[in-house]
Parts: sequence; C-alpha cells; structure tokens
Amino acid sequence: MSRPEDNLPPDLFYNDVESRKYTTSSRIRNIQADMTHRALELLDLREPSFILDVGCGSGLSGEILSNVEPEEGGPHTWVGMDISSSMLAQALERDVEGDMLLADIGQGVPFRPGSFDAAISISAIQWLCNAETSDVSPESRLKRFFDTLYASLKRGGKAVCQFYPKNAQQRSMISNAAIKAGFGAGILEDDPETKSVKVYLVLSVGGGDVTGAVSGMQDVDVYDSRRRERKRGKEFAEKKGGKAWIMRKKGQMEAKGKVVKATTQKHEVMTGQPPTERPKAESKPAQILHPRERECDVAAMYFQAAERETERSRSSREQCFASAK
Amino acid sequence: MKLLTLNFLTCARKTCKSSPAAFPLHPRDAELEQVETEMNPVFLRNILPRLEWEAMRSITTELGLPSLPAETPDPGALLENDGNGDGEDAGSAGPSQIARDLHALLMETCIASGKLVCGNCGHEYAVKEGIANFLLPSHMV
Repeated sequence: MSRPEDNLPPDLFYNDVESRKYTTSSRIRNIQADMTHRALELLDLREPSFILDVGCGSGLSGEILSNVEPEEGGPHTWVGMDISSSMLAQALERDVEGDMLLADIGQGVPFRPGSFDAAISISAIQWLCNAETSDVSPESRLKRFFDTLYASLKRGGKAVCQFYPKNAQQRSMISNAAIKAGFGAGILEDDPETKSVKVYLVLSVGGGDVTGAVSGMQDVDVYDSRRRERKRGKEFAEKKGGKAWIMRKKGQMEAKGKVVKATTQKHEVMTGQPPTERPKAESKPAQILHPRERECDVAAMYFQAAERETERSRSSREQCFASAK
Repeated sequence: MKLLTLNFLTCARKTCKSSPAAFPLHPRDAELEQVETEMNPVFLRNILPRLEWEAMRSITTELGLPSLPAETPDPGALLENDGNGDGEDAGSAGPSQIARDLHALLMETCIASGKLVCGNCGHEYAVKEGIANFLLPSHMV
C-alpha cells in the first residue's frame, strides 16, 4: 500500500473528499485518539497548559486536549497549524475550541519565544521530508520547523511528535534536525518491528535527559547507550593522561557547566546536550559510530546505536524506548 | 481567533524575526465575536506571567475596546474568597472580577474576520471564519 506522502503534497492530498473520509472514519479516529493519549502521557502535563498542535488537521487531537479532565491536568488551551484548508474546514464544522492557522510548518512556527508549555504533533512531520518544489530542500524545511518550534516553547517545555518515517533515513533526518535545533531528543517505539509500529519523537527544550519522560511507564525498555559506554570505560582501564582520559574529564567538566577549552579536532559531549561547536562530522550521512569513539553528540548516538540494534537483531526486544504493548 | 492567541502570534517571515515591530500583529477591519467559554482560572494563572501586557493594551485600543489598566494584574488577584472571608476555607475561593474580565477579554473575544498586519514588513495575514492564513509564497519566507 503506498503512502499518502508518496503521491501528493499534503494540501492537495487532504482535499474535501479525503478530509471528510479521514475525519469520519472510526478506525482512523480511534488510532489518532490512541496516539494523542500516548503523546499526552509522554508530555505529562500537570496543569492546564497552552499547547501547540502541529498538523492539527480536523481537530481530532485538539478535541482530546480540550477535554482532558482537571484530575489529569486539563483542560488545555491549544493553537493548531495545518496546511490543508479542507481539513481545517472539517475542524470548523466540528466546532473545536482551539484557534487555528492555515500554515505550512516548513515555513516556521510564527510565535514569540517561550509562548507554549508544550507541543504535540500526530502523524504530521513526516510530510516535511518531501521536496515539493525545487527551491526549498527538505533539510531546510526541517531546520526552519525545528528551530522555530524550539524558540516557541518555554524553558523546560516538551514536544512529542508521533510520525510515520518512510525508512531509517527519514527517521534520522528528522531526529537530527531536532537535535541540531537544540532539543534533547529520544525516540519511543510502540509495537516495535510490527506492521503497526508507532514512532514518537520526544523532545525537551534545553537538551535535558529525556529518559525521565518514560521513567514511570510500564513495559518500556530504555536502551541507553550512555550507560553502556561508561561501563566500558572502566573495563578497558583508561590510562590517566591519555586521550580517552582527557576526553572523559573534559566531558565531566562540561557537564558540570565549567568552561572547557575546545578540542582541536572534534568536540565531545557526555550529556545529552548538543555541542556548542558543531563538528564537521555531522555533515556526513548518518553513520553507525562505535560507542567508544565518543566523537559525536551523545543524543545522536541514541538513534544510531538504536538503529544498529534494530538492524542487527530483529528478534531482540531491547531497543531505545521500545515498549511492549 | 482569540485575543489570547494574538498576544503570542508574530510575523512568520525570517526578515522580521529580530524586529520588535513584528509583534504584535495589528488587527485591521476586524469583526469581533463573543464566544461563550467555560472559565479556566488555573490556566489564566499559568498564562498571566507570559502575557505581553503592553501588546494586549495596543491590541484592545486598535480594536476599539475599553482600554486596559496600565499594569499587569497580579496572579494572586485572580482568586478571591466569596463572602466576608473569616473562617471560610479555601474551597470557597472563586474567580475574582479581574479573572472574569480577563477571561472575557482573552478567551471569549475572538476575531472572526479581518487582517493581521506586520508592523515591520507590512504583510497582511487574512483572517476568515476565525482562521488566519499564514501561507507565504516561497520568495517571502
């Protein structure tokens, strides 16, 4: 079955007929509802919040946001963006409470800094990977989207984007764009390696550790490549004063917030923080880097290491944020 | 489009990103409507510190609405006890008049149609049925 993204751009695919079909199909509504609830679980909002719904469509997820019970931290106030006027027309018919913009998220998120408590996106951002016209590349659209999304969220804010990557390359393209924008990032997969796999990009502003988002959840295995790395550091005893020792110490100092002299060739980071100086290595296509090489952004390693697991051991249940449902 | 949202919306163009004139967008030929909504005092308390009060005042002036006080309301002023206070528990605290006014202004007053104009580049974003059109031709992005 071909993907909608392979055929047409979203504003043409979601015309009046498709929009009505999408909005009235109970199967689609149920799937969208499940994913919205999962995203809300990951966002863990304790109080009524101001939320951006990216690719809000006909307001299926927005309705859920508006109806979150006070005991669950709701109800939330939301602003939606969507590129399809037919989908937004459906939302108007259904009298949703959120405000909406007819907008292309690849052109940016037009709000002043620190506007939103959180952002949610259900089944939308994979559309950014298409090059609709020759004058804008998917990379530049992804960059514009994630840069402006980052700015529009408050300090400590979170974003959860459920999306349908066509392949591992798209997944990396999207995750790397988020990391470059400054987000701390992790990927959660529900029903991994099944046909109904659901991929959630969990982002935090300020590059903090996102494993906290899943710490209370059942049935979630967290594959943390950082922990594995530290164990290895001890097994292969580091020579004090050697390069590996120096790099590790520099990382520790940085994690403590101290100023560290820049490494001459590549810049190492021990935490999930994006490095302040971008090493040239990032312009290479996503590679599988050996965890001990440590010459890359650790958050990026989440994805690269996770991908290697997936490709290497299909029967293995251990994945980055994989959840057995 | 609620007036609340107008307090956060800016011009979408990159050239306007660092210009202070790009926020707030100025409503023109605006038709307003009051949409009755349930009050959410906790939300108001959360959002109050984030509001740009000066921007709010200029928007209300441009819309011909009664002018707002010069100072931002204190979040503590959003809740007040009913009755005479002594001996009543906190459960009787209800939204104050200030909270009710803020709610009516931010959450219930909406722009149904009109234009939102950037003070920096002059671009006009059309509003129809409450939805603002932010699609930019690629040369304007």
